[in-house]
Amino acid sequence: MPARYTFGGDEHLFVECSDEMSLDAFFKSLSMATGIKDSAIKGVTEICPANASLQVKFNPDIIKPDDILKEVQAIEGAAEKAEPVLTTRIVEIPVYYNDPWTHETLMRFRERHQDPTGTDLEYAARINDFSSVDDFIAAHAGAPWFVSMVGFVSGLPFMYQMVERQRQIEVPKYLRPRTDTPRLTVGYGGCFSCIYSVPGGYQMFGITPMPIFDPTQQTSYLKDFMVFFRPGDIVKFKPIDRDQYDAAVEEVDKGLFSPPIREVKFDLREFSKDIDGYNANLEGMLNGH
Amino acid sequence: MAIKVLHYGLATTVQDLGRPGYFHLGIPIGGAMDRYAMRAANLLVGNDEGAAGLEAVFMGPKLEFTEDALVAVTGADMPAKVDGEEKPGWTAFKVKAGQVLAFDFLKSGARICIAVSGGIVVPVALGSRSTYPIGALGGFEGRAIAAGDELPVGEGNLASEGKSVPEELRRMPSNPCELRVLPGLYWDRLTDAAKESFFADEWKVAPEADRMGYRFKGGRHLDFVEREQPFGAGSDPSNIVDSCYPYGSIQVPGGTEPIILHRDAVSGGGYFMLGTVISADMDLIGQLQPHTPTRFVKVDMDEALAARAERAKMLAALRESLG
Repeated sequence: MPARYTFGGDEHLFVECSDEMSLDAFFKSLSMATGIKDSAIKGVTEICPANASLQVKFNPDIIKPDDILKEVQAIEGAAEKAEPVLTTRIVEIPVYYNDPWTHETLMRFRERHQDPTGTDLEYAARINDFSSVDDFIAAHAGAPWFVSMVGFVSGLPFMYQMVERQRQIEVPKYLRPRTDTPRLTVGYGGCFSCIYSVPGGYQMFGITPMPIFDPTQQTSYLKDFMVFFRPGDIVKFKPIDRDQYDAAVEEVDKGLFSPPIREVKFDLREFSKDIDGYNANLEGMLNGH
Repeated sequence: MAIKVLHYGLATTVQDLGRPGYFHLGIPIGGAMDRYAMRAANLLVGNDEGAAGLEAVFMGPKLEFTEDALVAVTGADMPAKVDGEEKPGWTAFKVKAGQVLAFDFLKSGARICIAVSGGIVVPVALGSRSTYPIGALGGFEGRAIAAGDELPVGEGNLASEGKSVPEELRRMPSNPCELRVLPGLYWDRLTDAAKESFFADEWKVAPEADRMGYRFKGGRHLDFVEREQPFGAGSDPSNIVDSCYPYGSIQVPGGTEPIILHRDAVSGGGYFMLGTVISADMDLIGQLQPHTPTRFVKVDMDEALAARAERAKMLAALRESLG
């Protein structure tokens, strides 16, 4: 399906690959963003890939809007012919699901929730037809996720799970946003998981001990750059308990923590043929097999 | 040389012309809301246009100088006073060591830019000295200035005292304000009636107006073309699959109150946008006070580019005049 092109004022070209979310649309957005970056078009100042769209900021004093449109359309043509292959990294992110901090917060804002009598996890499990919270957590931590967009605020990853659409978890945001979210909350809204620390309406499932943004760059694995995630990263969540969480926090504080990361090649065609098999293979690579 | 902060004002931050290049990671361009005013202030005191100065909103700070310096205040009409003696706006004046720069009440506009010869030389973060408080990045320790802070100032040139920006090169919004908008993005989500009423109605700046975005209220509710929401877009008709947000883009959550994203914009989210304020008018938004009546004016790309060329001409004239 051809992308839809529209201008955001005189400085942005907005490209919607699809109005609905899918791995194909995400892959096309990312490929086009990479293609635009590689072609080093004069006058382009920012390239922002998103879930199923992308945005190119340009200086119209250097390149006319009609010209940037033509250049990017040509790149769309090339991206569609290119092999859907991505060299990226897979990262293991520890998550303490059902932790006391998000629990305390979600109880405090219960009257803003669709289901004031339960917890966010209980609600999400029920409306996605899981028989228990444990099964729901197993699904959330089971298959890996693509970081399909980094943004909103500093370094926040939107993640889309690498499963068929019928297995996608979907949950609405709170009826009214909370004014408070614990630091490094693993949240969920629509069909996206995220890690965030700002007020908002995403459902809260757990917490990670691992900082993902550090403007002081003191955190050991953020010394090279203050933002951890990049669009196209593959994330695997690893459930941990309280003791493991406390130990990880201590390691982070001492500068000893580093998340397991492996470079991997992802092939969308191979993936689509056998999703579970492909994911198992990815997980194997993460664990060094 | 340093400037001692005696009082912070209301929200005063170190700003320059911003940090492009990191929006794809959620770090916005930032920089002065009224970039033209910041450029002018810097040129007046002999700095590069991109030197860092202070941006104060609604209320000025109180600053004590430890050495002689040349200062210029541009943007909003908020008279500067040196040890109680009033100084003209858009004009370079001297402040001697030990003197205190303070401000009278705001008369019009919203933000002043304060430039000091030599510029404020806080550390550069990702290519800019601009403060991005949400990310605790840049500026003075990543936050608005506070009493007791000592702002480092660079080596300046005190030669250009008395320089002034001619009246015709000072730019402030009219009242009511007109903001030119290029419809686009998810414009076609709106019904024809909504497309019309958005431009026909008078809106007012809401109290929720800051560096991230300006909210407007008072116009009619905007209705959406009915559709089955796409997968991943969320259930409200104003929702889309989370996308990037252009600077200046206008989102209308629930169809009620338009929000224009500005320099400290969130980089993306799940609300449809009906169009974008053109680059030529972005500076004006930074000078709007709450309750200012505002009308959105529909333009096409040619008009947007013509307006941009006009702004460039004005900037060239400013440089010529102060050069």
